[in-house]
Amino acid sequence: MADVLIEIESLYKLFGNNPAKYMPLVHEGKSKDEILAETGHTLGLKDINLQIKRGEIFVIMGLSGSGKSTLIRHFNRLIDPTEGVIKVEGTDVMQFGAKELQEFRRHKMSMVFQRFGLLPHKNVVDNVSYGLQIQGVDRAEAKAKAVEWLDTVGLAGYEDQYPSQLSGGQQQRVGLARALCTDAEILLMDEAFSALDPLIRSEMQDQLIKLQETLHKTIVFITHDLDEALRLGDRIAILKDGEVVQQGEPEDILLNPATEYVEAFVRDVNRARALTVETVMKDPAYRITAETIEEALKQMKGFKQDYGYVVNDEGFQGVVTEEALKEAYADDKAADLTVDVMESCDPLEPGAVLESVIPCTLESEYPLPVVDEDGNLTGRLSRGTLSDVLGERSA
Amino acid sequence: MAESSWLTEFPQLDRADLRDIRKSLDAGYREFSREYGEFIESFFDPLLTFLVWFEKLLLATPWWLVIAVIAGLAYLASRSWKLGLGVVISFMLIGYFGMWDNTMRTMSIILVCTLMAIALGVPIGIAMARSDRAQAFVTPVLDVMQTMPAFVYLIPVVMLLGIGKIPGVIAVIIYAIPPVIRLTNLGIRLVDKDVMEAATAYGASPFQRLTGVQLPLAMPTIMAGINQTIMMSLSMVVIASMIGVKGLGQPVLKSITNQYFTLGLLNGLAIVALAIIFDRVSQAYAKRAQEHMKGLENG
Repeated sequence: MADVLIEIESLYKLFGNNPAKYMPLVHEGKSKDEILAETGHTLGLKDINLQIKRGEIFVIMGLSGSGKSTLIRHFNRLIDPTEGVIKVEGTDVMQFGAKELQEFRRHKMSMVFQRFGLLPHKNVVDNVSYGLQIQGVDRAEAKAKAVEWLDTVGLAGYEDQYPSQLSGGQQQRVGLARALCTDAEILLMDEAFSALDPLIRSEMQDQLIKLQETLHKTIVFITHDLDEALRLGDRIAILKDGEVVQQGEPEDILLNPATEYVEAFVRDVNRARALTVETVMKDPAYRITAETIEEALKQMKGFKQDYGYVVNDEGFQGVVTEEALKEAYADDKAADLTVDVMESCDPLEPGAVLESVIPCTLESEYPLPVVDEDGNLTGRLSRGTLSDVLGERSA
Repeated sequence: MAESSWLTEFPQLDRADLRDIRKSLDAGYREFSREYGEFIESFFDPLLTFLVWFEKLLLATPWWLVIAVIAGLAYLASRSWKLGLGVVISFMLIGYFGMWDNTMRTMSIILVCTLMAIALGVPIGIAMARSDRAQAFVTPVLDVMQTMPAFVYLIPVVMLLGIGKIPGVIAVIIYAIPPVIRLTNLGIRLVDKDVMEAATAYGASPFQRLTGVQLPLAMPTIMAGINQTIMMSLSMVVIASMIGVKGLGQPVLKSITNQYFTLGLLNGLAIVALAIIFDRVSQAYAKRAQEHMKGLENG
């Protein structure tokens, strides 16, 4: 999973009549506005360096004019860079001649467009099989495959309709089916869901996530919507004025915004929905490994808290409070530390989103334990942590 | 004194100089047509043979068969029995008033001219759409073709090829080809950039983009151009008859010189009937072929 599929190195794009002449100005570090004022050339992309791994969803996020759509068009060279290297599987795409580029586009990458880009004069099934028709695949075979993919995206029965007869969401499903139909390893999605209304958009996001679970494509996803980026992205790069201002995992960006610009973005995000327990939880301290009540009480005194997490060889057992221990101690101090003494408590799952754990965390008097699938205690989540993270300022 | 003369009068070329220029140009062209006239004529021979054959075919076919075929084609293209019936009635009337043979001659030359105009015009339009330089070069040529009075370019054509069908066809094509060129160019340039980008992104070759995307999407516009070309070639029939093209134009010409009002009117109406039939059929066909594009914008 970890190998790099697409590599972009120091990519520059200067729009204008004679970009090569003015590239030195860019390297001097002049700003976009200065260059525009001096030369009439627009700096589209500046020193972009990205490494996209096989099988991940890599989201490139930015507002309009940030260069994100320009950037994605460099991947399949719908736009050629002024300077820089684009490598796919270690092959320099810039070295391709017209024929090689054509083959590359046919087999390696497919694309979904913001405004669908469907062929209005062809029906749905011919649109979906378009990539295969271009490759010269046998008509019947192409059609069979197209029908299959239409079924996958939930448009079975629409084969003979024309794009103009479909709703926006349906049209984009056709666009998605078309992209999947060529079996290309890389999927470029240029604001694919931005033109859809919110409900359909989240439906499509769900579908993409579900498809990705089985397909494991490498997806480059462009969006201006941070919520969408956080939801879909395994990693995110944030673009501003043609420069990458921050790239990293969603939590990383959310919790440690690199610049004020990113911070301003992140402020509006619904963190409760974007963050999971494991990204904000504290280390698993206050373990109680004792076997008897007496030892347990001694251990608890050691870490100056009135609660502790009972852990043994089989993993997490439960939570005990000082009060309960003392009661049991009065009874029989040498007795075994058993489940009877422990509080009844449901541990949290590391992958749960914060929103779902807010009620139980607030109700609990002690930080709730976080326990993974194997039963190991991996952390704890307190009310304080939760309010810090969800509050105005980041933790 | 010399100075005041150019202030009051335009400093024009000497009469003698102008005459010399005219003479040398005329002589030069005459020389050229004597030298190459025959060669160029032989170049057009296959076209002439086809024209003659097609005209004979139309004339030799029984009238009812011609009407049946044309009405059938009109129905197939438009799927409207009204149009088919209109064709039958118009041709019946044309035949009844004794204009059958001339109508067949006119129809044969119009069909050949239209086919030639499409065969030449669409590729030129495609070339214009693909290259701004080609567009910059062709556009003024089209302007000249459309505004230069037809009689003016009839002169060199007749000098070169004499009187007859071929110079007639050439004159009609020069007059009628600009719309199909212009609208092919326009249609292709107006094709949605997003759709073209999608085709490119999926690895379509330039030829696949042209035949699979650009031409089909530009077809309504191209059809409008073809429609205009047909109309314009029909309106050229009378002028073409001045250089010996037989058909409905000749009686009209005769009526002008002899002041036969009724003869002129009848033949004029026959031309109008042909024009309306061609127009409605080609438009109905274009519309039907593009049915599914309706409501595309609000999709």
